[in-house]
Amino acid sequence: MTVFSKQFDTKLRLAAGAVVVLLGAGGAIAAYLFHPRQIDTGYTPVQPVPYSHKLHAGNLGMDCLYCHTTVAQSNYAAVPMTEVCMNCHVRVKEKSPKLQPVRDSYASGKPIPWVKVHRLPDYVYFNHRAHVTAGVSCVSCHGRVDQMVEVRQVQPLSMAWCLECHRNPAPHVRPPELVTKLDWQPEGDPAVLGAKLIREKGIHPPDNCSACHR
Amino acid sequence: MNELIQLNLSSQTGRKYWRSLNQLADTPEFRQWVEREFPEGASELLDSGSRRTLLKLMAAGFGLAGLTACRRPVEKILPLSKGVEGYVHGRPLHYATAMETCGIASGLIVECNDGRPTKVEGNPRHPFSLGATNAFQQAAILDLYDPDRARQVQKQGVKSSWAEFESWWLEQSAKLGDGSGLRILSARSTSPSLEALKAEIAKKYPQSAWVEYEPVSFDRVTEGARMAFGQALVPHYRFEQADVIVSLDCDFLGLDTLSAQPVKQFAARRKPEDGRELNRLYSIESNFTITGAMADHRMRARASDVASVALALARELNVSGAELNVLGQNSGRQQKFLAAAAKDLMAHRGRSLVVAGPRQPAEVHALAALMNQALGNTGQTVVYTRPPFAAGDTLGAVKKLAEDLGAGRVSTLVVLGGNPVFALPADADWNALFRKAAVAALTFDENETWKAALWQLPEAHPFETWGDVRALDGTASIQQPQIQPLYGGRSALEIAALIAGREQRRGYDIVRSYWAAQWGAQAEQKWKKALFEGVIDGTQFPAVEAKADAPRVLAAVQGALKPAPAGIETVFYPSWHTLDGRFANNAWMHETPDPMTKLVWDNAALLSPATAKKLGVKDGDMLELSAGGRQVRCPALVLPGHADDSISLQLGFGRSACGRVGRGVGHRVEGLRAAANFWFGPAEARKTGATYKLVTTQEHHTLIEPITGLKRHNIVEEFSLEEYRHRAEHGKHEEHPATDLFGGFDYSKGYQWGMAIDLSACIGCNACMVACAAENNIPVVGKEQVAKGREMHWIRLDRYFSGDEEDPQAVMQPMACVQCEKAPCESVCPVAATVHSPEGINEMAYNRCVGTRYCLNNCPYKVRRFNFLNWNKDIPEIRKMVFNPDVTVRMRGVMEKCNYCVQRIEEKRSQAKAEGRRPIRDGEIVTACQQACPADAIVFGNINDPESRVAKLKQQARDYSALEELNTKPRTTYLARVRNPNPELV
Amino acid sequence: MADLAIDPRLELNPPLVQGGMTYSDVTGKISSIVEGKAPKQWWIAMAVAVPLAGLLFLCLGYLVATGIGVWGNNSPVGWGWDITNFVWWIGIGHAGTLISAILFLFRQKWRTSINRAAEAMTLFAVACAAIYPLFHTGRPWRAAYWLFPLPNEFLHMWQNFRSPLMWDVFAVSTYGTVSALFWFVGLVPDLATLRDRSTTPLRKTIYGLLSLGWRGSATQWRHYELAYLLLAGLSTPLVLSVHSIVSFDFATSLLPGWHTTIFPPYFVAGAVFSGFAMVVTLMTLARWIYGLENLITMKHLENMCKVMLATGMIVGFAYGTEFFIAWYSNNQYERFIFLNRAFGPYWWAYWSMITCNVIAPQFFWFRKFRTSIPAMFVLSIFINIGMWFERFVIIATSLHRDFLPSSWGYFTPTWVDIGTYLGTFGLFLTLFLLFLRFLPSIAISEVKGVLHQQVSAGHAAHGGSH
Repeated sequence: MTVFSKQFDTKLRLAAGAVVVLLGAGGAIAAYLFHPRQIDTGYTPVQPVPYSHKLHAGNLGMDCLYCHTTVAQSNYAAVPMTEVCMNCHVRVKEKSPKLQPVRDSYASGKPIPWVKVHRLPDYVYFNHRAHVTAGVSCVSCHGRVDQMVEVRQVQPLSMAWCLECHRNPAPHVRPPELVTKLDWQPEGDPAVLGAKLIREKGIHPPDNCSACHR
Repeated sequence: MNELIQLNLSSQTGRKYWRSLNQLADTPEFRQWVEREFPEGASELLDSGSRRTLLKLMAAGFGLAGLTACRRPVEKILPLSKGVEGYVHGRPLHYATAMETCGIASGLIVECNDGRPTKVEGNPRHPFSLGATNAFQQAAILDLYDPDRARQVQKQGVKSSWAEFESWWLEQSAKLGDGSGLRILSARSTSPSLEALKAEIAKKYPQSAWVEYEPVSFDRVTEGARMAFGQALVPHYRFEQADVIVSLDCDFLGLDTLSAQPVKQFAARRKPEDGRELNRLYSIESNFTITGAMADHRMRARASDVASVALALARELNVSGAELNVLGQNSGRQQKFLAAAAKDLMAHRGRSLVVAGPRQPAEVHALAALMNQALGNTGQTVVYTRPPFAAGDTLGAVKKLAEDLGAGRVSTLVVLGGNPVFALPADADWNALFRKAAVAALTFDENETWKAALWQLPEAHPFETWGDVRALDGTASIQQPQIQPLYGGRSALEIAALIAGREQRRGYDIVRSYWAAQWGAQAEQKWKKALFEGVIDGTQFPAVEAKADAPRVLAAVQGALKPAPAGIETVFYPSWHTLDGRFANNAWMHETPDPMTKLVWDNAALLSPATAKKLGVKDGDMLELSAGGRQVRCPALVLPGHADDSISLQLGFGRSACGRVGRGVGHRVEGLRAAANFWFGPAEARKTGATYKLVTTQEHHTLIEPITGLKRHNIVEEFSLEEYRHRAEHGKHEEHPATDLFGGFDYSKGYQWGMAIDLSACIGCNACMVACAAENNIPVVGKEQVAKGREMHWIRLDRYFSGDEEDPQAVMQPMACVQCEKAPCESVCPVAATVHSPEGINEMAYNRCVGTRYCLNNCPYKVRRFNFLNWNKDIPEIRKMVFNPDVTVRMRGVMEKCNYCVQRIEEKRSQAKAEGRRPIRDGEIVTACQQACPADAIVFGNINDPESRVAKLKQQARDYSALEELNTKPRTTYLARVRNPNPELV
Repeated sequence: MADLAIDPRLELNPPLVQGGMTYSDVTGKISSIVEGKAPKQWWIAMAVAVPLAGLLFLCLGYLVATGIGVWGNNSPVGWGWDITNFVWWIGIGHAGTLISAILFLFRQKWRTSINRAAEAMTLFAVACAAIYPLFHTGRPWRAAYWLFPLPNEFLHMWQNFRSPLMWDVFAVSTYGTVSALFWFVGLVPDLATLRDRSTTPLRKTIYGLLSLGWRGSATQWRHYELAYLLLAGLSTPLVLSVHSIVSFDFATSLLPGWHTTIFPPYFVAGAVFSGFAMVVTLMTLARWIYGLENLITMKHLENMCKVMLATGMIVGFAYGTEFFIAWYSNNQYERFIFLNRAFGPYWWAYWSMITCNVIAPQFFWFRKFRTSIPAMFVLSIFINIGMWFERFVIIATSLHRDFLPSSWGYFTPTWVDIGTYLGTFGLFLTLFLLFLRFLPSIAISEVKGVLHQQVSAGHAAHGGSH
């Protein structure tokens, strides 16, 4: 009784080879696809109110700090209270159905359930105050929000990504008063100006664990 | 469920998909699914720190469902609708308030995060806090969130409401007439507003009676003053002025003062480098208290023998000139002790002090007053003021109340706070007596009193309600709420206002109007100032000129004092865990070991080795104690240094009606406590043969090795003052150079954090342990797990006895991670989860730790704590409000340890940067343990700055590293304990 | 051949194969085990092993779901039975490769009939051992993910290569891989034999696939011999390295009782000691189950007894040295920890270790014990137990009383500890029994090899007297 044909060895070897190649390729593909850059960036949840940063921050040119008031005082950049919206919207578009949730919230005192876009991994403590006062612009992490109709996550916010900047901050440091100017570009290489500021102000971002993990 | 998600995926595009996941993630169905799939992880979804688990589980779950599914769950951001003044999201707010325990008030500052009170600190402006706290004040915050508090107005267990109660009261009060049927039984209060209300009530119901009762009271102190000076007064000791102190059974550093002030003052005189002469403490006590542990000379004496010792000392001091006949016979050793002490006292006239403990009868207090007078200390190291509370014969009043209740002369009894049914003297069956009247009980938890009452009223927590208190010296503080009453509780003040028939019954109005009346004009500013500062200026009582007629008083004392009968006696003490039972449902306190016995989650009958031998008992043997025909059972625990023929019992255990934490923990000894032996008295002790499992965190007592009998050095160092002086001259010994296997860090630049702990000042009061637990979200593991050696405290207090087993000395050593520069834990961690920061902190990255426990094995100080199980699993939602948002809540399988409160360091750093990148000032960063410490024994700072306090301390001759020969180069070093013995006694 | 029939024990150098077996006898005997029906004893053994293996997975499941707290580990005793069992199993895994590789290189022919089973034992022991480092974290998924130095774009972080635990990962996995290869290569010709003898297509296919088209041509034999020699050379240093590295887990720490330089040789000797003990235990059993007296002869067993005697004495000497150095170092903590081992709360563990590891093997001085199956079976069991206690003594008693008396403790195992340990036995036995059942438990080709020499030698001696 014969089970194996003459060519069986060849087939077997080919099969074995194929398996190895597939495994290798699969691993590589997985490693690429599961990278935070693929997983986390581009996250664009639908918000309860179709608020457009492009309109407010971009076209109308409102400063980030008008709404995100606590960014220089606190860890959090505070999503604005409903009454901040109403400062204008009692007069502007006061009838717009899109703003109904805002008016409801203002009337009822119940918060508007905004959906969180930029979410750091757990065990991480990020401090807006420390970054903004050091002259790291909003754009470095949040991108050109002033051009986004719906806010989208543009950076992976992974540890490796954080460390890139912490280990080489120069390209991301600018005069603190300009942090909210998302479209600002220095003359020449930003890294040169950054390096100068870093020297002057003695900025040395930590890269030890407890700087962020507590 | 998976199919469901897959469906969504296949049918919809990536972005739409988010909506569907969004919806999914919020459905209960989804949660159930997670629960089902991952029971263990799911339970962690709820606790803030381990949301990582959820991510992992989601990834695992959705991984099957395709790539985009690996994304995170949807989280909401819920900003306020309208602003709140002064509130910045993410910034804590601090409010001054105050809290009183057993009639002793201290000013506090409470930190609130996003409207949640999360941490208690002392108020530096308050004379009895001076910025420090004790363990109980630290733990009070946990009681606030206790899910087992009284949370609903009830009438005999039937759900009711405040409105119904008030209407009931109105008709009830109509029947009261002149109030001959009305009794009010309240906890001791120093509140001026309540005092005013009392007066109103007394006016409204002239025949009514108001009884103030505290199981841990200071009546005997004021009565002693009455005996000496003819009026009830409170002595205020100025320990920082006293060079020689004799304590007659007074644990003034521990549970006999309940405030930080005496500790601050005493410890200030235990630091030789300050240049001030070291004080010398002689302690005469029955139990081995932490005051005894600090004493330079300690005499063991039964509580009932202290009177005769006091007389003998008075004779030595020749207080009256008249010959004193001493009761009983003091041993030769005791005579020598007293002679030396007396000589020492007389050598320091006006700079010495004799203090008597609240357990001692009035006569002893009178004697102490006379001795201080004879030594010219009155007005110098001791001053007297009137007491801030209604002093009087409490036990007499209680007896009268029992009679009235028994005789049916009481129609209405209002209980304002406390737990009288549990704690009142056992002469009467209070449970039965309470049935004889209409009882309205305002209690904090559903305790024994609540159960016995007709109307069951939830009391508000001090942090929930408006009020005012007076410190022992009269200094008044406003008690302002940090949060709305969580369970709609009300304060004693508000109930009193109802009884008084006031129109305005809100705590705020009561307090506000009282003080407005006091201040008259600029009441507004004064009110604001009082709230801001936490103390009200000019409310301190003036010192009273007290002069005793020595011969007359002595005659009275001689007449009153009888020789103590021989044989066993029992002495009641407050408990380090529950105080008097009020903290019985507080897990932090139960898990914090008793400073001397290291016992957790229990009380015990403490006795000396000799007495244990006599009774034939060892640790855990159940004793039956009987006195006056009453019996209680309590397990024995041998405490070296305890007086013979004396058994110390701690109050406040064995609560039958209590929350989940405290129910049935320990053994109730109040059943033995009658007016006759209210603090101590003769008793029978019998071994029952039964045994009980007692759990201590420290099995071993001494630094002497078993088997070899050698002493271990380089752990705790102690010298006498002479040795210290000698060392100081020859300077600090040189550190031997040692080679290192791995390259070091450059510690010359930037901030280099370090700590110095002064063993000479540390009294071992546990404040640091509880403060650390509160600051760093340290979990509670329970008796069984502690028995396995799995307690989680980042800082512990190691207590070592030395010398003779019957009469040893003790020393406390706070031991947290010492932040080795050459850390043995770091080199062995395979995943680099514990590494060194450039500033010298040995960091622990929880999210990196895989849990090999290799670091724990290799840590010579054994300060690393492992989450063997998920300790945060079954925590009720409300209880989670106490968590510090700046610190991760660790999940199981993760190693943790002290990190010098790195969250506080980072906070100050970012603040300094925000303020123009200025350097961090010395003393700006304060660790939780340091902030709580009433003895200022812990100093933290930048050792790179030669001007910093910590750097200076590390230059001291008595600075040493624990286990120095291991060359771990700890950043926390210790200042050796310096004792100041009397040359005549060594 | 009658004149050949003399009591082998009187002969100075008895033949390795007895009962006058021929080539076909050898092939038949060994193959029949695989081809025939399993004997009753095999089923009995399985009936014990499989439920135990089930218990293992039960305990591990419970552990993973609940946490390490279900074990007795605590502070200060961070490692308890988990690492004790890990080291113990790894130690047992030593004999296989030692017998196969080192004895092969030394041309020790007597190894032939036992090496196959010994190698299998090695693999299964390593498998059991590997369970512990992985699961003693309580969260094996994290350990698995972070202990392997993957280039991680997520964190920009690497493992801590200073940590002996890291070295362990490499040492053990390498050892496992090489041993597996070595074992499989050795199997190839015999698998081919089974393929050729097999009667059902299924068997033919499976054995066919496994034998990688072996035809027994001279070329194949040449390649085979070379490959085998190379692998033998490769795995020889591993025998020494693995347990040396395992010993570094302790030696590189600063804990008194761990912090000592003699650990590597001492651990290796101990490993060989326990490994041989386990081989003897299993061989005597296999002999009993399948009646392999002619192949696993008294000579094999006796030689193994001699190895146990030798290594046992090395281990005993190491115990002595530890005490001497502790005294000689004049280090208070060292002195205490060793006195504490012998006279502290764990005295019973210490003296069990001494009894089993130092006293028990002394019986092998006597030929009577070396050649008595029951005696060596019992003694080998003793040694297995003793070596477990050695690891327990080193780990638990050093940890439970270290530097600060305030943090001294005690370790008590829980039912999960015990269940997990018994479970690994179940796993081990199950695997081993399956091996006996479905693979040639004795290297047919090699035995034929020695038989060939034996026969020719016989002819030479008796001048072809027939």
